[in-house]
Amino acid sequence: MEHHPDIPAPHAGPAVAPPGDLAIWFFILAELLAFGVFFAAYAFARARNVELFNEMQQTLDRPAGALNTVLLITASWCVARGVEATSRARAATGARWLAGGILCGGGFLVVKGVEYAAKFGAGINLSTNTFYMFYLSLTFFHFMHVILGMIILIVLWWQTRQGVYGPADMNGIESGAAYWHMVDLVWIVLFPLVYVMR
Amino acid sequence: MMNTRQLNFVWVVLMLATAATFAIGEIGERIGIAGPLAMAALLAISIIKGRLVMLDFMGLRGVKFFWRGLMIGWLLLVSALIAIAYWIATK
Repeated sequence: MEHHPDIPAPHAGPAVAPPGDLAIWFFILAELLAFGVFFAAYAFARARNVELFNEMQQTLDRPAGALNTVLLITASWCVARGVEATSRARAATGARWLAGGILCGGGFLVVKGVEYAAKFGAGINLSTNTFYMFYLSLTFFHFMHVILGMIILIVLWWQTRQGVYGPADMNGIESGAAYWHMVDLVWIVLFPLVYVMR
Repeated sequence: MMNTRQLNFVWVVLMLATAATFAIGEIGERIGIAGPLAMAALLAISIIKGRLVMLDFMGLRGVKFFWRGLMIGWLLLVSALIAIAYWIATK
């Protein structure tokens, strides 16, 4: 195995590549960069409109946001358990865990849909004010990523049930799982930033 | 690499951390966690949560430092920008 003396290996054993396809990690980094710019734009827009942002934040459904955090993190946990089970040649168990992740992800979409319906019902839209322009565009950008993540999870669930993955071939399932965890990761920053911090 | 006990433990920690974030929003001002202190606490909690998702759920623990560095670096950079913007807002 190739050894890079300039790259420290904090754990015992050789330095290894991340799980899944390397291409998915470049894609994840690009996605994180886009969300990072969006988060910074929100934070600096808030700095110029503190009173508006603090007042409007009080109109958000914080319990729904917290529930959605629980759902996304639990979905991520299910997916991680599914990958782990599949890597130990227990694909049937792995598929059940992935189904659990799909259910939690679906729960997120339902809760967020109810939140959007309440806001649109109250006549709120992108041009209501700067806060809601950011709230709607930022959360909807994330919402679209949850939908893509759900499609990936459904494909992985189907393939895992068919016995496509196992200890000898984990590339596809690990790549798809990494994408799903990225969607979770982004929400972990989004929820405190948009719903709580004031 | 991954084991079920570690994954379950991480899930429990993430749930407790989420409860802490929610509590700061609900009762933070009453218990004296408000303003910059609340901001710092919220960012610290999300850094802890994000790091656990990266290391254990994404499976980056023990992976080349390059990848962990990029991912955790993103988390720290975004948190720093949020903190700077928050600080500017208090001026």
